[in-house]
Amino acid sequence: MSIPVGPGQEVGSPAAPPIIEARGLTKTYGAGDVEVHALRHVDFTLAAGEFVVILGPSGSGKSTLLNILGGLDVPTAGSLRFRDLDLTGMDGDELTNYRRRHVGFVFQFYNLIPSLTARENVALVTDIATDPMSASEALELVGLEARLDHFPSQLSGGEQQRVAIARAVAKQPDILLCDEPTGALDVETGRLVLEVLDQVNRATGATTAVITHNVAIGLLGDRVVHMSSGEIVETTVNAERASAAEVHW
Amino acid sequence: MSALNRKLLRELWQLRGQMASIALVVATGVMTLVTMRGGYETLVEAQAAYYRLARFPDLWVSLERAPEAVRAKLETIPDVARVETRISLAARLDLPEMEAPGLALIVSLPERGRPGLSDIVLRSGRLPAPGARDEVVVSENFATARGLVPGDSVRAIVNGRAWRLHVAGTAISPEHTYAVPPGALFPEDDRYGIFWMRQDAVGPAYDMDGAFNEALLKLAPEADTAAVMAEVDRLLEPYGGRGAYPRSDQFSHQTIQGELDQNRVMGTAIPVVFVGVAAFLLNLVLGRLVATQRTEVGVLKAFGYTDREVGRHYLRFAMVAVAVGTLAGAVLGARLGRAYVDLYGEYFHFPDLRYALSPALLLIASSVSAIAAAAGALTAVRQASRLPPAEAMRPERPARFEAGILERRGVGRSLPPAGRMILRNIERRPFRALISSIGVAFSVAILVIGMFMFDGVGFMMNLQFEVIQREDLALTFQEPVRASVSHQLERLDGVTRVELFRTAPARLRAGHREREVGLQGVPADARLRRVIASSGAVHPVPAQGVVLSERLANKLRVRPGDELEVEVLDGRRSSGSLRVAGVVDDFLGLSATMSLDALHDLAGGAPVVSGAWLSVREDRRADLYRSVKSMPAVAGVASPARMLESFRTQMAESLFVGVGFLLGFASIISVAVLYNGARIALSERSRELASLRVMGFRRGEVATLLLGEQALVTLLAIPCGWVLGYLMSFAVVTSLQTDAYRIPLVVSVRTYALAAVITLVAAAASGWIVRRRVDQLDLIAVLKTRE
Repeated sequence: MSIPVGPGQEVGSPAAPPIIEARGLTKTYGAGDVEVHALRHVDFTLAAGEFVVILGPSGSGKSTLLNILGGLDVPTAGSLRFRDLDLTGMDGDELTNYRRRHVGFVFQFYNLIPSLTARENVALVTDIATDPMSASEALELVGLEARLDHFPSQLSGGEQQRVAIARAVAKQPDILLCDEPTGALDVETGRLVLEVLDQVNRATGATTAVITHNVAIGLLGDRVVHMSSGEIVETTVNAERASAAEVHW
Repeated sequence: MSALNRKLLRELWQLRGQMASIALVVATGVMTLVTMRGGYETLVEAQAAYYRLARFPDLWVSLERAPEAVRAKLETIPDVARVETRISLAARLDLPEMEAPGLALIVSLPERGRPGLSDIVLRSGRLPAPGARDEVVVSENFATARGLVPGDSVRAIVNGRAWRLHVAGTAISPEHTYAVPPGALFPEDDRYGIFWMRQDAVGPAYDMDGAFNEALLKLAPEADTAAVMAEVDRLLEPYGGRGAYPRSDQFSHQTIQGELDQNRVMGTAIPVVFVGVAAFLLNLVLGRLVATQRTEVGVLKAFGYTDREVGRHYLRFAMVAVAVGTLAGAVLGARLGRAYVDLYGEYFHFPDLRYALSPALLLIASSVSAIAAAAGALTAVRQASRLPPAEAMRPERPARFEAGILERRGVGRSLPPAGRMILRNIERRPFRALISSIGVAFSVAILVIGMFMFDGVGFMMNLQFEVIQREDLALTFQEPVRASVSHQLERLDGVTRVELFRTAPARLRAGHREREVGLQGVPADARLRRVIASSGAVHPVPAQGVVLSERLANKLRVRPGDELEVEVLDGRRSSGSLRVAGVVDDFLGLSATMSLDALHDLAGGAPVVSGAWLSVREDRRADLYRSVKSMPAVAGVASPARMLESFRTQMAESLFVGVGFLLGFASIISVAVLYNGARIALSERSRELASLRVMGFRRGEVATLLLGEQALVTLLAIPCGWVLGYLMSFAVVTSLQTDAYRIPLVVSVRTYALAAVITLVAAAASGWIVRRRVDQLDLIAVLKTRE
């Protein structure tokens, strides 16, 4: 069961303290006649430990939002805080540090380093993290304890994506941002990956935001944020999170 | 304009950095060929023109004195086309402010008109008027060094009498391009000049009226030079003939020919290396460039473009770079060629020296570049177009990696992931890394060949001036004098040691092989001049027998213990036999050394000497110069310290120019290989590197991953370049070896170090340029779907 919330509004944040707080986020590209509003005055909060699914068609601004949350892009206007940090005024190096310490990314196309094995791909991140879990632990978490020393070219798409998730969570990030993590996978494999994300969120307590245009995936989240034309048009809260096995598309 | 051409233009602009570096390599190849080989060809043509203009002889012979009637006899020798006789003698010049005495070589001109052979080329003024007894034409170098112009006068001491000579003009002559005073090793233009005077002025002054002491011969084409020489020697023997010698032994010609040979070798070797490296780089870089366009090739083919059209499209990339490079290389090469030729022109004094751009050279250089570029581009296009379009458009599967040989053996187990990435990238494409390494190794090698010449010459000079020539002053006498002169010299204030020497022109014969040399007699216990091998080892002067340079021994095919027939060509013209007491591997010339006493015995007659080596007290040196200068018997005084100084100045200048050129060239190669390598790696792996940036890797850390590979390639290349450079230097030394000298193959640590440092700097510079690209990686694009 889900509770709808009004457009442009952000209501119904869970009781947990906010880890990310965005106010009036605006992002425009270009200028004058060709100005494109990717985000229009978006208010958005992520509570610690929650699993949020951001839904919307292409061009709705969900990727721009994710990029800004992850410190890859900066808003044209508005404010963004991570806990006590003000991300809006940070320069490139400070944003790098923010990503290094607090953010884990999962990409649609995995982006594994082809010259490194699964274990080494994860170790790449644990090497620069302050309090990581071990690479094998992270791979165990995604069910790949048997494929530790395989190179990306020796892994299936689903396995590659699970390595990518292990790589993202191994540093025990505060926030895990996933951009269409199932976009390049078939249904079965996609479901497996979602299961892993769900498990990781429950096991590590990493605040997780998943971007997708697949409505069915919304059932997995604590909350579902619907975006359209650069605005949050609706937020629904799921009374109970469905398991990946229950999701069909 | 077709869409495909528009794509070409836009992408050329987008890839302008890489295109520019490829064009630069082509330009360098073309430029070196046009400059060095073109310069050499210009110099050779100018030399030939100069020789024609001056009617440069084929044979020279000097003698004591022969009546003019002997000339007719010389003319009757078969194959002799023309004979010119003249008087040629030394005179002292009164140059007040000079420490060492001024010297002139007085050469006679016919009583009227110009000489039939060995004409002079007037540079200012006019020839001495017929019958004008005190008019002289002086060599241009001397006139310039002394600031003399027509109308000025010089005081000369001719045959003991002071004579004021009026400068009628200045001139050059191919016989005296390189005018070295007796006893010296290099020209000393401020104290040694060639003075041309009318024969009727010189003759009476030297008691040579109606006689000559030098004959010049022009031979018929395809004449048997050796036969003519033998006949000339036979004819002139009664007149004190000193042995005819061919053009190849004429000092100025020999020196200039040596320079030209060096030019030919360098002007061929360096451009070949450059054009070769340029071809190799073009192939490499364009191949990789096209390989990164795999998706585009797929799209073009999907739209219905034929393989041929796609191939032509990428070929245009190559041709644009080649065309731009050739044009820039030709323009720059022609300018540099002019400067190059001017530089040598100053030295060679060829009268008509004009650099002309050779279309043939340009065609060769640009075709080699174009073929290499086309081959590189087409190989990659063929590979890309072999794929079905659908597959070409799909992103490449993750490249296959596995633990390489090194890792399986345990190397790299302790490396961090970044180190393993670098190692595996190299192990996965070892050939590519090797090729890049070879490219960089070439640039190291070019620096080594460019600089080792100075090491060799420096080593030789060090040996010459520090080990061999230990005297403070070397005197040469006008005429051989009695050995008792040593008492007179020892009495001079400040002289601490006197060693006399005698140089006798002699013909050495072993079977049918013969060679004319200056047979040198030195005291058996000589300390100031000793026989020194190239290793620096001292070879004792034997009491009996002669020590030969290795090259001379090889020419005569003799070994220690063999007997030589010797004919002394001055004085009593005695002959005898000599045992080869030793063979010494030395650098300079074809020398034959024996003990002074043994030489006196061989030559017969009173023991006379040609000069003396002196050790002097430093504080008395200036005074000694003056007192020696006033001795009428002394023709020349040479100071090794002074020679070394003038040599060092000359070396420093050429070092500066030469190394400057090579430094630029080698840097271009390094930068082109490394910059392109890194740029292509960046475009192939930008997604990977951007992902790392997204994951929180800092710019520097990401750049290390990318540039680490280039660094490893560079480090690998340096020792290879040293070896390659050494081998190429060996080839250069071998091809430059002449009778007059050979350059020892010495490569100093400084040369190796400098070559490495310059390459590392070039590598760092290209790394820095690419590093800026890494900083600008588009992180957001990584999150987007693949293009």
